[in-house]
Amino acid sequence: MSKGEIVLGALAPHPPHLVYAENPPQNEATSEGGWEELRWGYERLRNSMSDRDYDVIIVHTPHWQTFTGTHLLGVEKFKSLSVDPVFPNLFRYNYDLKVDVELAKSIHDEAVDAGLPMKMMENPDFRIDYGTVTSCHLTNPTWDKPIVSISSHRSKFYFNAELMQANMIKLGEATRKAVEASGKKAILLSSNSLSHRHFTVEPEIPEDMSKEHVTNHHQYLWDMKMINLMREGKTKEMIDLMPDFTEQTIAETEAGSLTWLISALGFPNYEAVVHAYGTVIGTGNAIVGWDPRKAKV
Amino acid sequence: MRNDVVCKGVLVPGLPHPLLCPEKNEGWNKVRKAYEIARKEIETSGAERIVIYSTFWPSILGHQIQAFPEPEWVHVDDEFHALGSIPYKFRMDPDFANLAVKTCEARGLHARTVSYYGFPIDTGSIVALKLLNPDNKLPASIVSSNMYANRAETIVLGKSIRDAIEKDGKKTAVVVVSALSNRLHTEAFEISEDKIHSLKDNEWNLKFLEYLEKGRLEDVSQLSRQFHDEARVPKVVSFKPFWVMASIMGQNNLYDGRVLAYEPIWGTGAAVVTLTPAEDTAGDLEYDEDDPEFYKGDREVLDFYDQPGMGPLEESDGD
Repeated sequence: MSKGEIVLGALAPHPPHLVYAENPPQNEATSEGGWEELRWGYERLRNSMSDRDYDVIIVHTPHWQTFTGTHLLGVEKFKSLSVDPVFPNLFRYNYDLKVDVELAKSIHDEAVDAGLPMKMMENPDFRIDYGTVTSCHLTNPTWDKPIVSISSHRSKFYFNAELMQANMIKLGEATRKAVEASGKKAILLSSNSLSHRHFTVEPEIPEDMSKEHVTNHHQYLWDMKMINLMREGKTKEMIDLMPDFTEQTIAETEAGSLTWLISALGFPNYEAVVHAYGTVIGTGNAIVGWDPRKAKV
Repeated sequence: MRNDVVCKGVLVPGLPHPLLCPEKNEGWNKVRKAYEIARKEIETSGAERIVIYSTFWPSILGHQIQAFPEPEWVHVDDEFHALGSIPYKFRMDPDFANLAVKTCEARGLHARTVSYYGFPIDTGSIVALKLLNPDNKLPASIVSSNMYANRAETIVLGKSIRDAIEKDGKKTAVVVVSALSNRLHTEAFEISEDKIHSLKDNEWNLKFLEYLEKGRLEDVSQLSRQFHDEARVPKVVSFKPFWVMASIMGQNNLYDGRVLAYEPIWGTGAAVVTLTPAEDTAGDLEYDEDDPEFYKGDREVLDFYDQPGMGPLEESDGD
């Protein structure tokens, strides 16, 4: 068996608004559009994947929050309705997906060996979180590849951001080892926004773009700081800054998804491709790709 | 007993263990039995409706109130999925939900109903309704917990809910779903030896329970900020359940309190407490906290929106 590899890593945020704006048949709510810059960014991300052969998408999701370790989906198929508890008016999505349970178990076992508390989720009635559904839909709308979904272990709240980062770095390494041992080609998604202060009211027409902007300038400046570090290939510096960034902008990086991704990619020192930056109900969202082939060059 | 349209207040924990596996731990079983006593208290209180405020249902866009008439699903908890599935079918009170949105808006709050098939009702509300209202004898209403709301907004929310209860005049039991200390065990432990995560958490829990047993709900509300600092994992900006409970129940200390159980569930402080309006129990104290009637929106320390105008600048500097 040939060695498996991570063929692409992406920051792939999950505002349900982007699915709502696309009007896919799976979503019950319909819209007149909106958030085009981000949706076109996802289109560019998908185009960047088109010349890539891959077997599985692995997503780390902030909206499956666990406090007793990291959990992974451990059932082969899920089919149900995902309703966003915050934006149910926008997102009521009928999903039908497959899980690569073998790879999920391998990640679980590698992480246990690294000393992390882990658990497989084996209840077939479990409802998939909308973060996983949104990021996977926007990356691969045909759902023709199996996924691995990894929960967000909220150790930041129980200890601090530094401990969370240390755990996510270990989890990223464990993920990479499991992918390499599997012989499979994987795309990794970090399903999170950057700055994450929402508006607490919604326009009468949710997709009214005249109402959309970043919540405050301070968030924008921090988002740009982090994005520029990505563009310059300074991911170690970005991870070092992450606790401050998370604190200052109540960023969704608190979930550990981005730290996990960067660790799994081996702290890339090559330039990331920023496909888009835009805001959704005031939060900062970037769609960014890391192509490991650049490292090989 | 004091006659009040809010005829009962109940604090319950929301973790699924007392519902799904009470037999696995003596303490969990005591909590389960306490739920049953609380259920009987609600039944005999004359309550015509249950209003739930669940800390397990976070909202961002203001305050959401469940209005789907008969939500039905098979629920699985995100964390404790191995304990099993929870099929449910509940009876909601859409008229009350619509009325409460209006009373919230009248006090400056952003609020809306949610009425969608398949909406993910939270574990805490499900556990509370399954154990406190198993046959759906009473219609229920569930109110979300806004993640950004702090004290002023939460107090106004409670007053708005009370406005709605007073308007339709139906006797109501208010159920607040929340742990006291909320630190879960994060490592494997022997189930039969579950304990409160730390002595400090336990001491603060006991302090709050002592107040509640004396019926001093407003005192507990006033101490919520300190409790948040001392005994809560800060997953949200503040500890809100007693703010909203006290506000709905009338902001006083005139209750008969009963602590029906206090046990650890996975390290958290799980208490079942009932409060019944009484004529004369503990007196009110002098309080530091503000008592807002209307919510004016987010205001920063250096916010100038409410400042008087500075007037036009002088054309010259006076030299």
